[in-house]
Amino acid sequence: MFSFILRRSVQSLIAVIGLLVLVFFLSRLTGDPAYLYLPLDSSEAQRQAFSEANGFNDPIYVQFGRYLLGVANLDFGTALSRNRPAMDVALQAFPQTLKLAVIAMSLALAFAVIVGSLAAAKPDSLFDRIASTASLAGASAPDFWVAIVAILIFSVGLGILPTSGTGTPLHWIMPVFVLTLRPFGLLVQVVRGTMISALASPYVKTARAKGVQRSQIIFRHALRNSLLPVITVAGDLAASLVNGAVVVESIFGWPGIGKLMIDAIVRRDFALIQATVLITAIAIFVLNILIDLLYARLDPRIRFQSK
Amino acid sequence: MTAPHLLEVQDLTVDFLSLGGAFRATNGVSFHVDAGETLVILGESGSGKSVSASAIMGLIDTPPGDICSGTITYRGKNLDDCGIEERRDLNGKKIAMIFQDPLSHLNPVYPIGWQLAEVFSAHGVAAGAEARAKAIEILGRVGIPEPEKRIDQYPHQFSGGQRQRIMIGMAIALRPEILIADEPTTALDVSVQAQILDLLKKLQAEDGLAIIMITHDLEVAASMADRVIVMNSGRIVEEGQARAVFENPQHSYTRTLINALPHADGVDGSDRRSTAVIGAPILEVRNLDKYYGISSGIFTKSTQLHAVKDLSFTVAKGETIGIVGESGSGKSTVARVLLRLNDVSNGEALFHGRDIFKMDAKELLGFRRKVQMVFQDPYSSMNPRMTIFDIVSEPWRIHKDILDKPRWRDRVVELLGLVGLKPEHADRYPHQFSGGQRQRIAIARALACDPELIVCDEAVSALDVSVQVQVIDLLAQLRDRLGLAYIFITHDLPIVRHFADRIIVMKNGAIVEHARTEEIFRNPQHAYTRQLMNATPRPKWEAAPSIVPLPA
Repeated sequence: MFSFILRRSVQSLIAVIGLLVLVFFLSRLTGDPAYLYLPLDSSEAQRQAFSEANGFNDPIYVQFGRYLLGVANLDFGTALSRNRPAMDVALQAFPQTLKLAVIAMSLALAFAVIVGSLAAAKPDSLFDRIASTASLAGASAPDFWVAIVAILIFSVGLGILPTSGTGTPLHWIMPVFVLTLRPFGLLVQVVRGTMISALASPYVKTARAKGVQRSQIIFRHALRNSLLPVITVAGDLAASLVNGAVVVESIFGWPGIGKLMIDAIVRRDFALIQATVLITAIAIFVLNILIDLLYARLDPRIRFQSK
Repeated sequence: MTAPHLLEVQDLTVDFLSLGGAFRATNGVSFHVDAGETLVILGESGSGKSVSASAIMGLIDTPPGDICSGTITYRGKNLDDCGIEERRDLNGKKIAMIFQDPLSHLNPVYPIGWQLAEVFSAHGVAAGAEARAKAIEILGRVGIPEPEKRIDQYPHQFSGGQRQRIMIGMAIALRPEILIADEPTTALDVSVQAQILDLLKKLQAEDGLAIIMITHDLEVAASMADRVIVMNSGRIVEEGQARAVFENPQHSYTRTLINALPHADGVDGSDRRSTAVIGAPILEVRNLDKYYGISSGIFTKSTQLHAVKDLSFTVAKGETIGIVGESGSGKSTVARVLLRLNDVSNGEALFHGRDIFKMDAKELLGFRRKVQMVFQDPYSSMNPRMTIFDIVSEPWRIHKDILDKPRWRDRVVELLGLVGLKPEHADRYPHQFSGGQRQRIAIARALACDPELIVCDEAVSALDVSVQVQVIDLLAQLRDRLGLAYIFITHDLPIVRHFADRIIVMKNGAIVEHARTEEIFRNPQHAYTRQLMNATPRPKWEAAPSIVPLPA
């Protein structure tokens, strides 16, 4: 197992370095930060002085070398827009996103497994039809639209939930709901499909011949076998949440990494862009390793193959 | 009024509903079984034999199944009157069942000990450490060595025979009164089959089990049955005491089945062996070796499996070589290597004097035209979205010089006629044909490029016995008409008896015996060959009467 993690780490390191190179050069194509950070009536000389002070006048490879040297010393540069170390800013925002993502994913998975399994237990029943229709709607509804409608109803209309920001538990309700909806909808469809084929499998027939209780057949025999594809899809969805639910964070004014990334791009805050990308890349790498380990935990055949 | 039978099925009629309408799987089927006796339900695929068993266990899903009529009574109690819970509790406790393919019927993600212990916990007999101890005891009883060590292993870590033992262990765990065995040995090698059948007989003698055994295999049936019922197209066509049915079959269908047996000495008068003069050698295989590398982790050493060891033989024009062996003997590897589907490790194979393994791409194309292959599974070896015309004519798309396009249709019709199919079949799709018909199509496809040699890899193993005979007859006819040579690979020694000129018996990648067919059968030299022959189950009434069934 250790050698597996090591190998994956090396692979991921190469990917992360490639990503950093790409982000470094692409972000510099967006334009000159001097125009954004100095007053509109600033003179050419003032802009030159600003660029000189921040090192933007050096050849790009020199800037890149300086950046790599900094990264090697765990110095990720200063976020121009906030005048603080870029990594500090990114690390402050990341937990906000992570909390949101973990809560939303856990809820989506838990509900999807229950609803999907029950729907698969009796295909074409009333429950199955309601679950299938509702999950399809959930999976297809654009989250910005759901977010706006939710604000319209619960904040503007009923006035029971705050429109944006953080602080009280009430602030969590709408962002979590909006972020849960799509993964929930997609996962119900996946769970239902894999459960239907698992319930038709020969080992379920054996369990029935053994006289195993129906609930045990569904939630022990069939479910564990159906979880592998579910985990794969859930991993993809989780990655997009960890990446920062940009739209949802922006609408609800959530101080997470997605919103930070957008702000950094708009402000041409290169150091901050690079720091946020690095954080999310590492998070997704860790997530993927966790999924691989979970796979091996769920399916003994994978475990023994690696030996 | 006599006491009720242990289990009685009366007038069972089951339909399966599909888009094309209802299909009647069983039609007015009645049978019974009593303690200590074995009832065999004999029939070919689609005869409805498994459906009756599934109905007893309540395993038929409605829909698509529809139990139109019939009653099943256990100890005089009508199972329809039982509640869901009562019925569930009966399963595994009083009536248990084992299935054909133990790998797919065991849950892959749980240790076998867990699955065994579940039988006890599901019926509230024992749980936790107690259930585990009982599970270990059962593993010992069904002959798994070192049960304490193996109890935490998973199904994929056991051999096929061991898996079936584990299935049997789960079935007999609560000492049920009735065991339903649905083709329990069909997926196993013959030598393993004998062991499993012995185990069933032993358990029956110890526990006084009533066994309902479902099989298509007449020898298995004869070796197990006290009474037998023969099913065809959902109906019982014949029933009676086993010996009477086998020695003096009344119904024409039963006679067809028994005559189809390849090893029924004397019953089959026609000698299908080649009569054409055998010509010059076309294929000479010399010292063939094949290694497979297993496992390729960065940090693990790769090990090598020696799949084929130093194999040499020749095939002459018009000759049939049977390669016989059990699973893992390397017989299929030989076929794959000779057709260059896998690379060879060592050795040479001369086809008309040219080494197959040294051919360049152009020569190889010419070689593949002359050597064709027919695979085991006629279901998966044909593209389901191609018509029969497309499938049979495909070789001409590849080898453009064989035939001009305008003449394709005539030739396809001709080839279909050669394999006993009709011209209108050309525009149908593979799923519209039965297994035997599909294998005929596969043969027609192989014939399309006028081959000299056809390699048949278990080409009849997936077919019913009566169909096996038809396909082998067809192959023999074609050989005599077209001067073909065959390499016929099979696990079933008796089946090549009337077909092959010479037989190679393989074990663990090496040849253990290589001789003319008559000599092999008259005087097998090697112990393994004798073991393969004797592994064919003998009829119960010929065996030593060590196991006396209890009176009904």
